[in-house]
Amino acid sequence: MSVGEYIRQSQVWRSIFRHPAPYDRRNRAVVMLTNFFLHLHPVSVKQGGIALSYTWCMGGVTFFLFLVETLTGVLLMFYYRPTLEWAFQDIRGLRDVTTLGVMREIHRWGAHAMVITVWLHMYRVFLTGSYKPPREFNWVVGVLLLVLTLLLSFTGYLLPWDQLAIWAITVGSNMARATPVLGHEGPGFQLLNIGGYDLITSASDARFLLLGSRFVGEETLNRFYILHCVAIPLVVATLIAIHFWRVRKDGGISQPL
Amino acid sequence: MDAHPDLTVSVIRGLGWFYLLAAVMNALWAYRVFRGGKYFDSVFGIEHVPRAATWAIYSALLLMLATVHLMTHSDPGDFLFRLPLGFKNFVDTVIANPISYFAVSMLLFVAMIWLRKWWTRPTVAWVLLNIVVLFLGISMTDYDFRQIVGKPDNVPIVGMLFIVGFFTWLYFSRSVENDRRIALGEPKLEDEQSEQVLVWPDLVYTEMICMLLLTALLIVWGVALQAPLEEPASAVRTPNPSKAPWYFLGLQEMLVYYDPWMAGVVLPSVIVVGLMAIPYIDFNTKGNGYYTFDERKFSVITFLFGFLPLWVAMIILGTFIRGPNWNMFGLYEYWDVHKLQVLNNVDLSQLFWVDWLGKPLPKAEAGVGLGSQVGTILLREWLGFALVLAYLFLLPPLMAVTVFRNFFVKMGFVRFMVLADLILFMGALPLKMGLRWAFNLKYIVSIPEWFFNI
Repeated sequence: MSVGEYIRQSQVWRSIFRHPAPYDRRNRAVVMLTNFFLHLHPVSVKQGGIALSYTWCMGGVTFFLFLVETLTGVLLMFYYRPTLEWAFQDIRGLRDVTTLGVMREIHRWGAHAMVITVWLHMYRVFLTGSYKPPREFNWVVGVLLLVLTLLLSFTGYLLPWDQLAIWAITVGSNMARATPVLGHEGPGFQLLNIGGYDLITSASDARFLLLGSRFVGEETLNRFYILHCVAIPLVVATLIAIHFWRVRKDGGISQPL
Repeated sequence: MDAHPDLTVSVIRGLGWFYLLAAVMNALWAYRVFRGGKYFDSVFGIEHVPRAATWAIYSALLLMLATVHLMTHSDPGDFLFRLPLGFKNFVDTVIANPISYFAVSMLLFVAMIWLRKWWTRPTVAWVLLNIVVLFLGISMTDYDFRQIVGKPDNVPIVGMLFIVGFFTWLYFSRSVENDRRIALGEPKLEDEQSEQVLVWPDLVYTEMICMLLLTALLIVWGVALQAPLEEPASAVRTPNPSKAPWYFLGLQEMLVYYDPWMAGVVLPSVIVVGLMAIPYIDFNTKGNGYYTFDERKFSVITFLFGFLPLWVAMIILGTFIRGPNWNMFGLYEYWDVHKLQVLNNVDLSQLFWVDWLGKPLPKAEAGVGLGSQVGTILLREWLGFALVLAYLFLLPPLMAVTVFRNFFVKMGFVRFMVLADLILFMGALPLKMGLRWAFNLKYIVSIPEWFFNI
């Protein structure tokens, strides 16, 4: 008995994998059903449905990048402190002195790549008409995920707390000032007033809600940090689960049922 | 010494490696063509010449170019391979003007669709790719071009252009082939692979290889290119230009033509809602699960128009061309903070009352009641309001009985109205651009008192 075979027949191995190695046709089907990570997939698919020239693999790449971002992001969270005193210093430390500080580079480039791949995923889904019945709702979930990907990237943009960061966020969030009715420079904000006192001011409008302040400051850093590391990822993870589940329930990635 | 030299030794060496890569690429292509086994009947009296010879000669030339770049010891100032000034000026003039920039991107868009059967042919596509590669290479000999393209955060955008180009090519080449087959009644590309295969190993292994390659790519990218980190944040030093993150530059570009409440809130919301609405307004059941152009021309053209000229091209514009004071700069132009751009835009109400009727703008007397103030403002802006309301509410029914007659019959009232208004919102951007360029029009409805400008 070879060593590999010995290990594979041990009680420990079989308690983990619950099925023989996927060498024959039957076990290749069984492995898909009994493994937690693999059971996202069906047992068999149409050959054309997995051809790279058809699928472009962009949805999968986006998901993988989400995992990379989660992993590198958690590692960065061990090091980075979201305060005015430390935020910039910590990022500089990651660049100059920290072992494996390259995680920051991977995190940032991965984020840029994720924005691009999520667009390309939408591009492919549109061009193959894969949003058509019965997959209308999953397209809607996908659009939400696209928007959340952009918001994840946007909130993360502030965290290095350098000139690039605060001014990009300032420019990006200035628009919230002009939200109709709810922004203090938006049309119709005067409608919300009690006895002549405006309810919507620069300290209570949509932009203030986003920034936690009248300008991009420490409150904003904290707010964006929580959004970036906790709030949005939780929503994204939930929507990804729904997105994948619907792909299976709707009968694969495309074509009519 | 020139503080901003167009060429330095390291740039020349870098370009040497770049051309070497291009030479290798074309050598591989020459090999591919050679394997294809096609021949020219006669070239300059020599008979039966393999077509691959053209590519072999081309890659040999590139190899020589690479060698020259890698081996030269002359002063970079005397180096010959650089862009002629006339070419730079021409490109700058075309690029730095919003009208010609948008015209060129529209022209490319129309050509892409019109000539799809031609440019999806592998040889043509390869020639086009080579032109872009050469353009990029030779442009790197310009100092200002290098400054803007070589910014770390802009590198992914350059990459994105190639990737979007490649996938657009892939889409068109597959749909051209499918459309040909559909016309002949043959099975489509996707139908050829309709047998069921097991996910283990066929898909699972693809995924694993994909993950490994991506991991490798990210690590190499991360090590090779440092993520940008500028000076510590300072609320008192505003950089010029201040730019939003690159993926929002399309929205920032809209700020030139619309007020923040439109460009930053209403139009982005319409984009998101409009994307979500696509499956519910596209009643065409064809083209589900295969690439085709002919069977769903309207939806594909609309989507591509939104994605390519109105999103990707605006990102390019915002990233590479918008400089200090949000002025437009050519690719080879120095970002001069003092560049002047004449801005004398006028509102429609100004045009209507003052220029056309020769009267002053209606103005409320001091001390009148709220009602009469509102009345005066509405009177002042009545033409703008009428035009906007007509655009949003009168045009859709007109479209329903004319150009979109078939759509209206098939879609029913609600869906048609949603489609029509989404299209009109999408058209609102190019329309406002056109009005700005043609009449210097600032606002159609201008009520600064209420922050309500359209």
